[in-house]
Amino acid sequence: MKIIVCIKQVPDTTNVRIDPETNTLIRSGVECIINPFDMYAIEEAIRLKEKFGGKVIIVTMGPPQAEDALREAISLGADEAILVSDRAFAGSDTWATSYTLSRVLNKIGDYHIIICGKQAIDGDTAQVGPGISAHLDIPQITYVKRIEEVTSSRIRAERMTEEGYEIIDSPLPCLITVVKEINEPRLPSLRGKIKAKKEEIKKWEAKDLEVDPALLGLNGSPTKVVKIFSPPPRKGGQIIEGDAKEISEKLVGLLKDETL
Amino acid sequence: MSIKIINEKCTGCKLCINSCPFSAIDVKNKKASIDLDKCTFCGACIEACKFDAIVLTKISPSEIDFPKKLEEHKDVWIFCEQKNGVVQSVAYELLGKGRELADTLGVDLCGVLLGENMKQSAQDIIHRGANKVYLVDSPKLKHYQDEPYSKVLSKLIKKYKPEIVLCGATSIGRSLISRVAIAIHAGLTADCTGLDIDKKERLLLQTRPAFGGNIMATIICPNHRPQMSTVRHKVMKEAEIDNHRRGKIIEDSFDEDTYFSRTKLLDIVEEIEETVNLTEADIIVSGGRGLQKPENFKMIEELAKILGGAVGASRAAVDSEWKTYSHQVGQTGKTVCPKIYIACGISGQIQHLVGMQSSKIIVAINKDPHAPIFSVATYGIVGDLFEILPELTKKFKEVLKK
Repeated sequence: MKIIVCIKQVPDTTNVRIDPETNTLIRSGVECIINPFDMYAIEEAIRLKEKFGGKVIIVTMGPPQAEDALREAISLGADEAILVSDRAFAGSDTWATSYTLSRVLNKIGDYHIIICGKQAIDGDTAQVGPGISAHLDIPQITYVKRIEEVTSSRIRAERMTEEGYEIIDSPLPCLITVVKEINEPRLPSLRGKIKAKKEEIKKWEAKDLEVDPALLGLNGSPTKVVKIFSPPPRKGGQIIEGDAKEISEKLVGLLKDETL
Repeated sequence: MSIKIINEKCTGCKLCINSCPFSAIDVKNKKASIDLDKCTFCGACIEACKFDAIVLTKISPSEIDFPKKLEEHKDVWIFCEQKNGVVQSVAYELLGKGRELADTLGVDLCGVLLGENMKQSAQDIIHRGANKVYLVDSPKLKHYQDEPYSKVLSKLIKKYKPEIVLCGATSIGRSLISRVAIAIHAGLTADCTGLDIDKKERLLLQTRPAFGGNIMATIICPNHRPQMSTVRHKVMKEAEIDNHRRGKIIEDSFDEDTYFSRTKLLDIVEEIEETVNLTEADIIVSGGRGLQKPENFKMIEELAKILGGAVGASRAAVDSEWKTYSHQVGQTGKTVCPKIYIACGISGQIQHLVGMQSSKIIVAINKDPHAPIFSVATYGIVGDLFEILPELTKKFKEVLKK
């Protein structure tokens, strides 16, 4: 079974704080991490491989330093990694990103399952996974919280909804996006770490792919960012003091109108 | 798009370095320099620079030639999500906003409804402000499925050519519209919290949070139609019902191939929890590690019940298995924006804050006066939640007469 996981390197928001004066991001250090949802995608791919055999290939599109994310994925048990990086891809929105990744997946070929995290924590769009499956014209199951069964030709999975979940069966190849509930990612093994150090990461540029240059990067992106600004800061809080009884009375008074 | 440093203005103060989420900026010889391999043109450094030394050249609406064929597209469409034959409230919120946008543009507001036996609902959508409803009624469309829904919606858009299509940023909406945007080569902006019109250029100005709400971005789609957005639930005000409104229901149907789905929906499982759906709730009472043990969530549940609200949980509480994942609020859980969010024993790590900081009123109860949750709280209570919660529940019970 050939499983491909598409991951993204994102700034680690654990270290992101808001500067109360300028209300912008303060980042100490230069730390980037694998998008947390993609960690579940990698773990699920490795579990499928352990059960059914085969190969896990990790793909990321990003700047050269995204190689670190790929090496980390290898340390966790992935077999191969491909870095898709080119100035021509810079400024891609979700349309252009999913187009480029779909061409990468075409070039890899013969995949059974493609796994993505449900969304990335920097952009929070949740559009790239479904975008890839649309470009490839393959079925998708989004927000997967459990894979119930996989055979050589089909997958059955639980898709999380607002009210509960749906059980969906799909032929392979199929793209799934996964949520946190699906598994608990492992830590890298010593063997994995050694492999990650030695492994040669493939690097693909635009010229290595069958792509229409007009559909890449900023030019291939229908959406354009015209303005970036800080959100208005939340109005300063009021501290309510007193004993439990007094506090409750005050708070109920303040909230009464909203709760009726 | 390009970005550059004006060396004459740059003082080498390094403020920009810390502001860059991608570590793309370095200061060499007391001047900032930007690594274009890392830069995503997000603009965070521009905000941070106190000397106007960084210039980002973006495409502004007025610089864009408006291609003629875009003018074929008109009307504002709202995809009206239904579940079990019930139109979801997010659709009514979008009809409210959509009416404003359509009036500004001087075009019709149209609902799009896919399902089985939905004619009465189509009428309801007209009562909520739509001039027209495009209805595709088929047993094959009874429940949402990615492929038939995206094929039908793509075909409707190609046929009737709207200029704007809005859809709720729900699990259905995001799965569906992402596919449609690819199929019809349209721009799509996710999870918008603000929508407006640039009247001169007839462009939809789509504003959305990024980086967990730390940055807001306004996005346009100049050269493609329709302009499509998913919109966050509970941000826009629901359209009022006016039973006197008249409108047209346009029924359409497609060949069997269009309704064909490779995936099969085998079952829909509704998890019966003690309270309502988090994303729909007007009031959420949330608990964190400060509750100390799972049994103490009873106090949270009790208050939520009195208030008719839902129960939320911090990641710490979910990871300790005190509550299931479907209750988790925050970065790896759900983003919520209720009218009132009551955080009990939650310290307020950034990952939690990004999931709830757009709530209208935030109440925080925590014994640590330095807990970050107080920085976003409308009302902060520094104290012992084991004393305060029962008292608060009792008081609300009296006031709400339950």
